[in-house]
Amino acid sequence: MAAPGVPAPTALGGLPSDEHQAFRLMRFQLRDYLRSRRFLLMIALTLAIAAIVTLVVAHFRGGLVSSPAAFYGSLWGGGVGVLIVFAGIIYGGDAIAGEFQNKTGYFLMGLPLKRGTIYQGKFLAAYLASVTAVVLYLAILLLNGIYYFGMNAFPWQLAASLLLALLYLGALLGTTFLFSSLFKTSAYAILVVAVLFLFGFSIAQVLVEDLVKIEPWFLLSYASPVIGNIFSNPYPSHISSGFGVTTYTATIPEAILIMIVYFALTTLAGYALFTREQFT
Amino acid sequence: MNTPSLTSVGLGKSFGSFVAVQGLDLKVEGAKCVGFLGPNGAGKTTTLKMFADMIFPSRGEAFINGISVRKDRKHALSHAGVLIESPEIYPSLSPTEALEMVAEIRGVPRGEQPRRIRSVLDEVKMLDWAHQKVGRFSKGMKQRIQIAAALVHDPEVLILDEPSTGLDPRGMAEVRAIVREQRKHGRLIFMSSHILSEVTDVCDEVALIDRGKLLFYDTLANVTARFSTGNAQVDAVFVRPLDPAQVTGTIAHLPGVKAVELLDPKRVRLGVPPGALEQAQVLEALVALRLGLVSFKESTGALEDVYMQQIARGD
Ligand SMILES: Nc1ncnc2c1ncn2[C@@H]1O[C@H](COP(=O)(O)OP(=O)(O)O)[C@@H](O)[C@H]1O
Ligand SMILES: [Mg+2]
Repeated sequence: MAAPGVPAPTALGGLPSDEHQAFRLMRFQLRDYLRSRRFLLMIALTLAIAAIVTLVVAHFRGGLVSSPAAFYGSLWGGGVGVLIVFAGIIYGGDAIAGEFQNKTGYFLMGLPLKRGTIYQGKFLAAYLASVTAVVLYLAILLLNGIYYFGMNAFPWQLAASLLLALLYLGALLGTTFLFSSLFKTSAYAILVVAVLFLFGFSIAQVLVEDLVKIEPWFLLSYASPVIGNIFSNPYPSHISSGFGVTTYTATIPEAILIMIVYFALTTLAGYALFTREQFT
Repeated sequence: MNTPSLTSVGLGKSFGSFVAVQGLDLKVEGAKCVGFLGPNGAGKTTTLKMFADMIFPSRGEAFINGISVRKDRKHALSHAGVLIESPEIYPSLSPTEALEMVAEIRGVPRGEQPRRIRSVLDEVKMLDWAHQKVGRFSKGMKQRIQIAAALVHDPEVLILDEPSTGLDPRGMAEVRAIVREQRKHGRLIFMSSHILSEVTDVCDEVALIDRGKLLFYDTLANVTARFSTGNAQVDAVFVRPLDPAQVTGTIAHLPGVKAVELLDPKRVRLGVPPGALEQAQVLEALVALRLGLVSFKESTGALEDVYMQQIARGD
């Protein structure tokens, strides 16, 4: 029984909106990411890729430093795509599966959060953690660029390409979150996501282009080269043939559309899966 | 301010063809501690998880303070603190940070957070560890932090699933003391346990579940009275072994004593009337016999019998 004189409790304060809750959850999840070994791993990978790129350019120069556009087109375009795939695997692969395996999800489920809010908060945290790697890589490339071309040689495509890279990151994380929602064991989720992004998409693309001989507009990997291609002037032709092989290149609008659709569909599906998931 | 309550209507859960919980109609209400008692596998965790919207009912519905947890988990759970199935906190966070996260998500005003967090860490005796990383804590420490997390927002309803299970004896005693302390704060506590003595020690009322079915829900006193043919049971302990003849002869015939059973040479269990006055008379009479009486207290034996009987009935 309540002791006399002790007022009955009332829940302190008002419940924050869903958006505020997602943002607050994201802050603490991000804090955990930034202190984790996976963050160090991601930084190490970023530095390794940046170091290789820096050394290759310093050694070969040639066409790579013929113009700022050529420089960023090949080095930023090539490197950041790989980096984003790694970020997706490292931050997104077990984002949902890990909540089950590590039982942290059981902690979150006791809180007055909609399930969708948990998904959102985790997505935002994985996104921002990945952005730190992208920004670090960009900073190192810019230092290289300044070294070769001076302070006033930033092609306009760089800003557009950064936006495309951020869009690609969204689409890729959306997809990894969807796969993460399919599993309750982190290792499986990470393995499947890694195999899919490191080999799956490229193999599928080769098969589709060479054997089925159609435009692989339904593959995310078909869209991502736009990040580098946007630096080319003129933009690579949509269809090119040579030696009996037809190669397709996604146009800019096409690539943007593919990435948006990937983000939207995978997020909707992952969301739907997670909101039906039981914490047995 | 409404009365805190937990209600289930026809609540049921099946895993495939296995029925884990069925037709659970329960309403617990008001500031008190209700023990949700049942042997392992009875369906306690399954039931509590449906109250927390961790799993979904196959049938029926669960409500916290009248709010359906399935339809509006956010508002339903805003009234409750929940601890089910030894959850984990992000390992790099300290207890203070973890509780800040809970307080932020629950909307505890920023100005009140430091005081509230200190106060609950103090309640669970974890103030000294407030800034260490949770990832390195022992099971018992984690469990206490989890209890603190369930209390940060001063909830009206506290749902605890076997909070002391898996801890060492000292940890169990500490957790029980913490839960007992919570009764003072005007909360409704719904705590599952498979240990009868824990429920009698901590709770005011008991809901007994076995094989997914609710057998009864009543106050501890009523349950004891109802199942022990109107008598209360008292265990009396003596410094010297008793002469069996003395037990069946003298003690059995003391006024008020309805039944006597020699449990071991120094202990007898007496059937006595449920009233305190009558029990006081029996105590005085026993003392007057000068047999070296050292302890005289109501036994949980009656409830133990009920527990065993009720559970055996299904076999
Ligand atoms: N996810 C699940 N799948 C299949 N059976 C389950 C699952 N969860 C619990 N059960 C079964 O339901 C019954 C009740 O389990 P539980 O609620 O955990 O019991 P308690 O908490 O009372 O020990 C047990 O027989 C258990 O094996
Ligand atoms: Mg259990």
